[in-house]
Amino acid sequence: MNGPHDLGGQMGFGLVAPEKDEPYFHADWEKRALGLTLSCGAFGAWNIDESRHARESISPATYLSASYYEIWTRALEVLLERHGFTDADEIESGHKRFDGATPKRVLKAEMVAGVLAKGGPCDRPVEGPARFAVGDHVRTRNFNPATHTRLPRYARAKMGVVEAVQGSFVFPDDNAHGKGENPQWVYTVVFGGGEIWGEGADPTLTVSIDAWESYLEPV
Amino acid sequence: MHDDHDHHDHDHHHDNHYSDMQARVKALETVLTEKGLIDPAAIDTIVDTYQTKVGPRNGARVVAKAWSDPDFADWLRRDATAAVSSLGYTGRQGEHMRAVFNSDDTHNLVVCTLCSCYPWSVLGLPPVWYKAPAYRSRAVIDPRGVLAEFGVTLPAEKKVRVWDSTAELRYLVIPQRPEGTDGWSEEQLADLVSRDAMIGAGVAAVPGIAA
Repeated sequence: MNGPHDLGGQMGFGLVAPEKDEPYFHADWEKRALGLTLSCGAFGAWNIDESRHARESISPATYLSASYYEIWTRALEVLLERHGFTDADEIESGHKRFDGATPKRVLKAEMVAGVLAKGGPCDRPVEGPARFAVGDHVRTRNFNPATHTRLPRYARAKMGVVEAVQGSFVFPDDNAHGKGENPQWVYTVVFGGGEIWGEGADPTLTVSIDAWESYLEPV
Repeated sequence: MHDDHDHHDHDHHHDNHYSDMQARVKALETVLTEKGLIDPAAIDTIVDTYQTKVGPRNGARVVAKAWSDPDFADWLRRDATAAVSSLGYTGRQGEHMRAVFNSDDTHNLVVCTLCSCYPWSVLGLPPVWYKAPAYRSRAVIDPRGVLAEFGVTLPAEKKVRVWDSTAELRYLVIPQRPEGTDGWSEEQLADLVSRDAMIGAGVAAVPGIAA
């Protein structure tokens, strides 16, 4: 979707403003928001792609004014309600009012080290060889789906070169919407700055994205 | 209860529910705990992990080893996931690693324009700026301007390569080894490697000059 998250090349946000000796957290609630997001992710009720789509579906004015932990928290509430674990009344009251959905697992403290160490690999075997090879010239597709995609707007309908074949991975555009993992080959595709930004682009600039095979067309 | 560090971001565009994030998140945690869905002690453990165990020192050790051991550097180029995991750095948001090497010709910069993808296993949690619109919007169109804000000025002829982390590959920048570090131990070298340098938003510190 062409949501507020798709920020590459937008303007007007000001300076980056790196913070010297930045603390890991700026408030106690950020710690809890991190832990809640990971703990609820362990339910097994949704996947990383559905999570990302919930975050990018926050209304633009809210998304752009929120800190990232607030974005996570808002999206987490949406996911918890969507999958029947809680509802707005419970969150508003701060207390249990009904028995909701049952998770596949509850993350206990003693499980945390193992779960974090294992992570969530999303490489998957695919049938069939990669369609493109290193050095191939490709054009990214021009599309504007209302659903989740990982092809940024700035890199659509652009000519690039395949720099690496990275393996095959879960296809987020489907996986975010419960349509299955449907893995595809993923390629690192590099574009000249001028191809993306046109007049006035930094002549020394190249930008790469990691693109699923269906994002690409042969040239 | 208001936390006095909670000052950055939330000053407008908020409905009442989110005007007090401390209360909002507390309510959510309480509900989920009462329903048996979460273990508050697990949250404590997660927070402790990323405050005390998993952070940019991991990545700095990877860089220092790459500077010291050409075979390891070669392994990093070929299979960064395996090379990094050989040092014990594995897991969440580091499942599929790639190492990109700065050179005399090219400076690398990593961004996630679409969200906040970041190599947690080697760098820990991302800083606020990495997740915020200013960096995510500008890194791909004006990387030199962004770098200047970090105090990094590249030669005009140096190529700038920006890696937008749009898939599940997580990128670690291997900065150039500073001169004057011959014979240094890996622990000494690791002290020169900042988190920002491993994102590409900095360079390795020069010996004798504070990082």
